[in-house]
Amino acid sequence: MLFFSFFKTLTNQTVTIELKNDIRIRGILKSVDQYLNIKLDDIEVLDLDKYPHLSSVKSMFIRGSVVRYVMLPRSEVDVGLLEDATRREAANQVGKTR
Amino acid sequence: MERLSLNETAGNAQQQQQQPQSQQQQHRQPQQNALGPSAPTTQSGPPQLPPQMFTTAAQLLDLTDKKLVLVLRDGRKLIGVLRSWDQFANLVLQDTIERIYAGKLYADVPRGIFLVRGENVLLLGEVDLDREDDIPTTVTKAPFEEVFELKKKEDSKRKQGDKKRHSELQALGFEPEHSGEILF
Repeated sequence: MLFFSFFKTLTNQTVTIELKNDIRIRGILKSVDQYLNIKLDDIEVLDLDKYPHLSSVKSMFIRGSVVRYVMLPRSEVDVGLLEDATRREAANQVGKTR
Repeated sequence: MERLSLNETAGNAQQQQQQPQSQQQQHRQPQQNALGPSAPTTQSGPPQLPPQMFTTAAQLLDLTDKKLVLVLRDGRKLIGVLRSWDQFANLVLQDTIERIYAGKLYADVPRGIFLVRGENVLLLGEVDLDREDDIPTTVTKAPFEEVFELKKKEDSKRKQGDKKRHSELQALGFEPEHSGEILF
């Protein structure tokens, strides 16, 4: 659940999402759920010529399972805090499996 | 960022327990769905969006009765009006057309009502009705048969290319990306 919480802290930021079929979409992160399904507003498709079916789309719901990368604004990520949280989560997981 | 703490997991578990309840409330009083960012929150500390903002159902609620482009895992593009859905993102689309693209051509096929199983959904885009008719100049409308033939050729060509790449990758000890799952 760590990354669910993490993405929740990034709502209303502009992110770029690359899907597993190479489409890249930039938009405002509006919402995320526990499957990391993502809702984007005011979207802009990079390389739109290749994906004409998305030309008139203004907001979209992306299924979490088809996302390859989420590119985040550098200034909005507290790397130190995220590192700590990740390690803590990992430690918890080890504790649980024992 | 304040929320990235050890207690996070416990907090989320609580939230999830609350979710079914809040979804039921949504259904009973749709005019009061409380999904706006201005909805009041009872938690103290930094301002938080209401927990029901973060469920699949809440994300689909404001797409209901809108004209959408639905891209399926097999590459089909469906355009229709979203009439119903559930927590798995199973969807019902009305007045659906399927738009087939091949090369610089496209064709529309009227299909009617669709019930789509959630797992086949790749993405769901809301069509901006003001820009709906601004089809990019790079594609032109063509008769269905012509586009369909061209698409069949493109598909078999891509299939061969994928097969070759997969076998080369496998020879090098790589598991090909999204093998077993078709993605376009």
